[in-house]
Amino acid sequence: MVKYKVVHYLNQFFGQIGGEEKADIPPLIKEGAIGPGKALQQALGEEGEIVATVICGDGYFADNIDVAAEKVVELISPYKPDVFVAGPAFNAGRYGIACGASCSAVRERLGIPVITAMYEENPGLDLYRKRVYIIPTGDSARYMKEAIPKMAGFVRKLGLGQEIGTPQEEGYFPQGIRVNLFVDRTAAERAVDMLLAKLKGEPFQTEYPMPAFELIPPSPPIEDLRSATIALVTSGGIVPLGNPDRIEAASASKFAEYNIAEVNDLTSDAYETAHGGYDPTYANEDADRVLPVDAMRTLEKEGIIGKLHDFYYVTVGNATSVASCERFGKEIAKKLKAAGVNGVILTST
Amino acid sequence: MVKEIERVGLPVVHVASIVPISLTVGANRIVPGVAIPHPLGNPELSEDEERELRLNLVKRALLALQTEVEKQTVFEE
Repeated sequence: MVKYKVVHYLNQFFGQIGGEEKADIPPLIKEGAIGPGKALQQALGEEGEIVATVICGDGYFADNIDVAAEKVVELISPYKPDVFVAGPAFNAGRYGIACGASCSAVRERLGIPVITAMYEENPGLDLYRKRVYIIPTGDSARYMKEAIPKMAGFVRKLGLGQEIGTPQEEGYFPQGIRVNLFVDRTAAERAVDMLLAKLKGEPFQTEYPMPAFELIPPSPPIEDLRSATIALVTSGGIVPLGNPDRIEAASASKFAEYNIAEVNDLTSDAYETAHGGYDPTYANEDADRVLPVDAMRTLEKEGIIGKLHDFYYVTVGNATSVASCERFGKEIAKKLKAAGVNGVILTST
Repeated sequence: MVKEIERVGLPVVHVASIVPISLTVGANRIVPGVAIPHPLGNPELSEDEERELRLNLVKRALLALQTEVEKQTVFEE
């Protein structure tokens, strides 16, 4: 017997509408379970029913977050679901944001419990973890099999109105929510216990982990632009035609440096993008749309900037790990500094 | 990458299509891009209009580089 109704959110790919060429479709709704929703339905058994599936293109959602989330709310409300579930998004950035934003909007507007799932480095995690239960998954659809039962277990609990325990007990990403509870030892005693454990090299668990989120103090501004050398850097994958250094379309393992001393304009017969995950048509037509060499040359000629740096630096930001980006950033920064560059414009798709 | 460039003391402006990501990552100077596949362009405009749009975005990025900031700042139009 059905005890609760579920609506599921998927992107255009998992929703079986199409690939990147369909990434610009606005939200639509279909009856019943689709794609990963079928496995989810199976795992839920007879108690829970996926009554409808909302599908939206990743590009559309990421470009119109508020509008798209609102539309999702509108589409699902006639179905009167008891639970809203989105994804899993794995390490797909735009999809993760779509899952987080739609869950957040549904929770706020319809007041029903929501849950999504994604990889720990998905940018959607930090944006929405405070408002939405997010379950960890692997970084790609290879981990679908592991993700579905975990999601189903959570949906079931929410659907039956069961209490959700701590992140440690339930396995969702911590939301930074502090709950008052009674303990039999004072804070001073607990702190000394932790300190003693630490001194002895024994394991201990902090009661208030500090976020790893680090902000770098802003650098001082450029004082005299007319004598400044400005460098261009991009995570948008703009490379000479043929991608000579073979930067990967996703999860890039390297960055590259290209000489543009003689280049005034990035034309389609010489430059393209190596970036996967977004529609490359526009960047391939005119790579200046991602790496604005033509505009920089104009400003250089007009004397507004001193000089466009002779080299630009490029990688592909698609699902590339934070650790890799840090490494690329460090090496690029060292080269720019050594070359006497005064300021940097970094573009991201 | 923005943070590592900032760390060596170079001013850096992030022209980014998805501003919330840029804020989460920790960029200090941010200029919102037009759209994911063309942050500094718009294929729906004429060639001249698009060139003008790009020039203006780059000028705004340069303005950001010349502006003293104390915290994360989004340079909107």
